[in-house]
Amino acid sequence: MIKIEHLVKNYGSNCAVDDISFEVKKGEIVGFLGPNGAGKSTTMNILTGYLSSTSGIVEVAGVSVLDNPMEAKKHIGYLPEQPPLYLDMTVEEYLIFAYNLKGCTLNRTKHLEEICEVVKIKDVYKRLIKNLSKGYRQRVGIAQALIGNPEIIIFDEPTVGLDPKQIIEVRNLLRNLGRDHTVILSTHILQEVQAVCDRIVIINKGKIVADELTENITRVVESNRRFQLKICGPQKEVLAMLKSKPGIIHAELLSGRDGDAYTFNIETEVGVDIRKSLFYTLAEKNWPLIGMEALGMSLEDIFVAIVDQTEGNRYERKSTQRAPRRTRAEHEVAKTITEKKRGDAETEFSALFGNDDEE
Amino acid sequence: MFAIYKKELRSYFLNAIGYVYVGVFLAVSALLCCYTTIGSQTYNTADYFTFIIFAFIVLIPLLTMKLFAEEKKLRTEQLLLTAPVSLWGMILGKFLAAFTLFLSTVVVSCINFFPLYAYANAEGLNDAYDAAVGPVGVSILSSTLGIICIGMAFIAIGMFISSLTENQLAAAIITVAIIVAMLLLNMVNTYIDNYFIRFIIDWVCFVSRFAPFSAGQFDPSALLYYVSVTGVFLFLTVRVYDKRRWG
Repeated sequence: MIKIEHLVKNYGSNCAVDDISFEVKKGEIVGFLGPNGAGKSTTMNILTGYLSSTSGIVEVAGVSVLDNPMEAKKHIGYLPEQPPLYLDMTVEEYLIFAYNLKGCTLNRTKHLEEICEVVKIKDVYKRLIKNLSKGYRQRVGIAQALIGNPEIIIFDEPTVGLDPKQIIEVRNLLRNLGRDHTVILSTHILQEVQAVCDRIVIINKGKIVADELTENITRVVESNRRFQLKICGPQKEVLAMLKSKPGIIHAELLSGRDGDAYTFNIETEVGVDIRKSLFYTLAEKNWPLIGMEALGMSLEDIFVAIVDQTEGNRYERKSTQRAPRRTRAEHEVAKTITEKKRGDAETEFSALFGNDDEE
Repeated sequence: MFAIYKKELRSYFLNAIGYVYVGVFLAVSALLCCYTTIGSQTYNTADYFTFIIFAFIVLIPLLTMKLFAEEKKLRTEQLLLTAPVSLWGMILGKFLAAFTLFLSTVVVSCINFFPLYAYANAEGLNDAYDAAVGPVGVSILSSTLGIICIGMAFIAIGMFISSLTENQLAAAIITVAIIVAMLLLNMVNTYIDNYFIRFIIDWVCFVSRFAPFSAGQFDPSALLYYVSVTGVFLFLTVRVYDKRRWG
């Protein structure tokens, strides 16, 4: 349905998309994942004919976007990062405009009614868009993308700025759309693609880092076990115990203190569920465990993990040995990732991924 | 293209700008007509049309400033550019919307000439017999055609400026500046001795080109000039979008 081959996009000397290739089959829901500025939006803009590529082939439903943009655009419904809404129109006027703009030939009243049904905007149909909440605006944007029943629907960060309830609604909507459309969804939230997509393409710094089925990525993510523990007990002895305990590959003491409890971060070996045995050990020593929280992986961890995994390596933490078997290009990616300041990223990403595998 | 045309035309009246434009145009033209004809005790409409052209300095930017600047700011242009509509379709749609509104106001403003004819009738004058005294139908017709063409060219210029910026105010100010320059260009002629330069300036200046129209002639070279300016700026607008896509 969608074919991208060796796509390159340069903005002056700045390379936004660097030789990416992938294909999307009919009926697939593909998640396009990457941190901000990775080249997701650029790729989507090229796909929809908004921007041109510097080189490479982009085909939509067998039609080249570059050579025959008019025909290619007919197959695509696109919701850009910021929904393109005319604030001084009512929802009805706006949808009718989009209907006419796309030269849609379906029965108008019926078609628009169906779409409003799907995205649940019937109750605001006659209202001015400028008076709508962010969630409703987003849905009007989605409705616009669905007009004309395009075979391919492209959403650029559709859940940004929505509240949790709206996010769930939009995700359900996307999943339903995936039944009879080909959907590409870009996001920087891992959970979102996990929840919705069949396949995940991860992009960073303009390059594809991974192109895997969602199960595989999820496995990688879950194979890593990091926990935050709160234990009441003598801090040094507890730390020593954690460090020496089989199955734990890394343990550290954090500065936070909760009453007489200390906070530790541990990381377990892959495939070992440490929780029960840890509980018994602590009970034996009479050190009450008052908190245990699974920590998610940051997107950056996942990149590294996936790069490692695609080479057949087991993911291990950055402190442990790796790299010798990595190719140069991948090494570069991993290096830049590691070099990035972890402080900000960690807080930002843990907010996003924090609940990933909460127990 | 038709969808964009309809939307643009509607959007003038969804916010105040369309009403402001029509209101100001009609008020100013009525006022000018009163002062230049009845107020000056003459049936000659040449002054009226010259003043109307100068009123375009404020009127045309009202029409054109938001055409692209607003779309760019609200990012709604993404909808237009990813829809199955060609660049020419999009730009012509917008241009024709602005032009339609302009044309209809000009036509409506012709109501200003009724009193002239009414007076002439009351005085027993009729231009068919007494061209020197009554209102001259041919001159009114040709001048109206002339200002329509000038307005058309200015709309194309304003639209081009609007496509360059996302700030409506900046678009309006630059458009005003360019229109002023185009209109006042021939004033520098008094200070230039070189005939050749004077000739070029006259050739370019919108007002010099308008002279035959106010005398009641349909000057095809001037018409061609205005239409060409329109075409060139429409083309440039298309290029702006083309370049952005390829940039």
